[in-house]
Amino acid sequence: MIEVAFVLALPVAGALLLALVGHRQVAPTVNAIVSFCTLAAAAALTVRVIERGPLLAFHENFLVDPFNVFLVALTAFVGFTTSVFSRPYMRIEEQHGRLTPARLRLYHSMYQLFCFTMLLALTTNNVGILWVAMEAATLTTVLLVSLYRTPASLEAAWKYFILCGVGIAQALFGTILLYFAAEKVLGPGGGALLWTKLNAVRDQLEPTVLALAFVFLLVGYGTKVGFVPLHNWLPDAHAEGPTPVSAVLSGLLLNVALYAVVRCKVLVDGALPGAFARNLMMGFGLLSVVVAAFLLARQRDIKRLFAYSSIEHMGIVTFAFGVGGPIASFAGLLHMTVHSLTKSAIFFAVGHATQKTGTQIIDDIRGLVTISPMIGWGLMLGTLAILGMPPFGVFASEFLILTTAMREQPWATPLLLTALGVAFAAVFSKVQPMVFGETTASRLPLRPAMLPVFTHLALVLMLGLWIPPYLAEWYRQAARLIG
Amino acid sequence: MIAIPLSSQLINLFAAVLLLLAFAMLAQRRVVSLIDLFAAQGLVLALSTAVVAWSTNQPHLYESAGLTLLLKVIVLPWLLYRLVKKLDVRWEFEGLINIPTTMLIGIVLVVFSFNLALPISQLASTVTRSTLGIAMASVMLSFLMMITRRKAIPQVIGFLAMENGLFFAATSATYGMPMVVELGIALDVLVGMLILGVFFFQIREQFDSLDLKHLETLKEEPGE
Repeated sequence: MIEVAFVLALPVAGALLLALVGHRQVAPTVNAIVSFCTLAAAAALTVRVIERGPLLAFHENFLVDPFNVFLVALTAFVGFTTSVFSRPYMRIEEQHGRLTPARLRLYHSMYQLFCFTMLLALTTNNVGILWVAMEAATLTTVLLVSLYRTPASLEAAWKYFILCGVGIAQALFGTILLYFAAEKVLGPGGGALLWTKLNAVRDQLEPTVLALAFVFLLVGYGTKVGFVPLHNWLPDAHAEGPTPVSAVLSGLLLNVALYAVVRCKVLVDGALPGAFARNLMMGFGLLSVVVAAFLLARQRDIKRLFAYSSIEHMGIVTFAFGVGGPIASFAGLLHMTVHSLTKSAIFFAVGHATQKTGTQIIDDIRGLVTISPMIGWGLMLGTLAILGMPPFGVFASEFLILTTAMREQPWATPLLLTALGVAFAAVFSKVQPMVFGETTASRLPLRPAMLPVFTHLALVLMLGLWIPPYLAEWYRQAARLIG
Repeated sequence: MIAIPLSSQLINLFAAVLLLLAFAMLAQRRVVSLIDLFAAQGLVLALSTAVVAWSTNQPHLYESAGLTLLLKVIVLPWLLYRLVKKLDVRWEFEGLINIPTTMLIGIVLVVFSFNLALPISQLASTVTRSTLGIAMASVMLSFLMMITRRKAIPQVIGFLAMENGLFFAATSATYGMPMVVELGIALDVLVGMLILGVFFFQIREQFDSLDLKHLETLKEEPGE
């Protein structure tokens, strides 16, 4: 109980504190310390769940079960490592004259609030509050995306706000319909939106209403996941915002939005006899994988390249949940974890690489490994990991997803394999000359933070070789829940 | 003929006015009048919520009517007026599609929404169920307004009007969402508006205008 309160209260306290001192010299350190405390609280919560199982806290308003406990831990962990990375990164940005102290204060305070909204969305048991938290996550990140106040960043933020705002409004309509169906069974009042109660009576909910509700929820939250054709905001927001923000958007926010979709899918599966929700998810997932893979080859901006790669990977996960069954859902959850770790590590390396060369254009970044082997190898290993090379964890999850697809949905396998091949060719041919070859990079005024990059990659490597037993058990239990 | 109770008649009347206002917003080119229409929509919404509360004895709906009145009739229009005054934008010129065409598309959308809402409103047991189609139609019309307008402030008013339609849907289908969710939504809308206010000034500072045609440079570049 108390752990949930700490996990949520610490980022809020941090946001308030940093709203006061966010412009000072110590602010990046304070930011990292607060994130570390949140991580410690999340670790305590995780230990509590390992020891005593799922918990419902504060009049059933908060729920921590095998499906969200690892996401809470992951969010707190990446939140912490990103704050460590942003310590030197944002200082260097300030020295390059791209930021003023006032904007740094905004950045630090919003960063903590953003972490809070994601943790709230993950831990709440109330489907309505889940919506409120997702909307709040959009609002906090709009100001982070436009932090540099360049024309391009303002445009990206405006697009992000309007597209996700409209998307999230669809999700609200879906939530209203869900409540409408639930109220008939559970009676009016707060209880009818609690996920655990909805799940208990899911086979009694009105199927036609739930089908319509799921379409709205999928399109609404799907805009935030970045499903093609609702993905337009994603590459812009990733490319124009500060790199730590790109890392948490890709690594965490997309996961949280997908989490919301899957929670709703569980309810719809119970109410509808057929595979309605699963087919929709498979369709959206496959479309995202294929379209994003072919768009990768056209990218000239390194951050846009990896933003499209995120769309592709979220598509793979959505497809896996759509296929369903214990193995595909297990693989989907594993892929969510390893993608989040790998992609944020890549963004850390990319962030320092762009600072060294002063550009995000791929053609102008060359020979990173000669001047800074750490950044070069970090980027190279991260890229290999995200492209699904063994022995990294992405390989394990993609392999499981592909083999299940061959058995359950054979028609989808050639599409998936082609997309993965195209993505490999596109990304590798672009990153390889960035890392090796003649260099144009210069020294950075501060030591880059490479520890987070290699910590993430080490974890991804570990998950490729050995999954801790309790984590595997959570994945299995969550996979049973997802169905 | 069965006599329809006064409250139902009132609610149907308000629903019709709401739809009318949505069309009026679609046709309105002046920013200041658009804000007036938005405030009027909020007022109708608050009144209809209060009538539902009175006729069905749902005390929590009075609170949500009060919240609507405060937020959508007083605070948000006031913020918008201040913004318009400070930014000195009075007129809005042509949208993407001319107004008669927009209205025709709007009518098609209304028919579509009524059809979509029909199976659901038959399931509803509330006195207000016949208005669900109207709620859906006003969401769709606001959506259309967002698509066809080229300036930042009308787009935002369209966004807020869409929220009005959603709120009306919640009241007419289910007698409103639980209070904690409603408070959360209200908070999000308010904070969103404040952030946008800041944002307008940034756009203005950068481009000297609030025309969104300046915000169309980020596109997929052709491959080389």
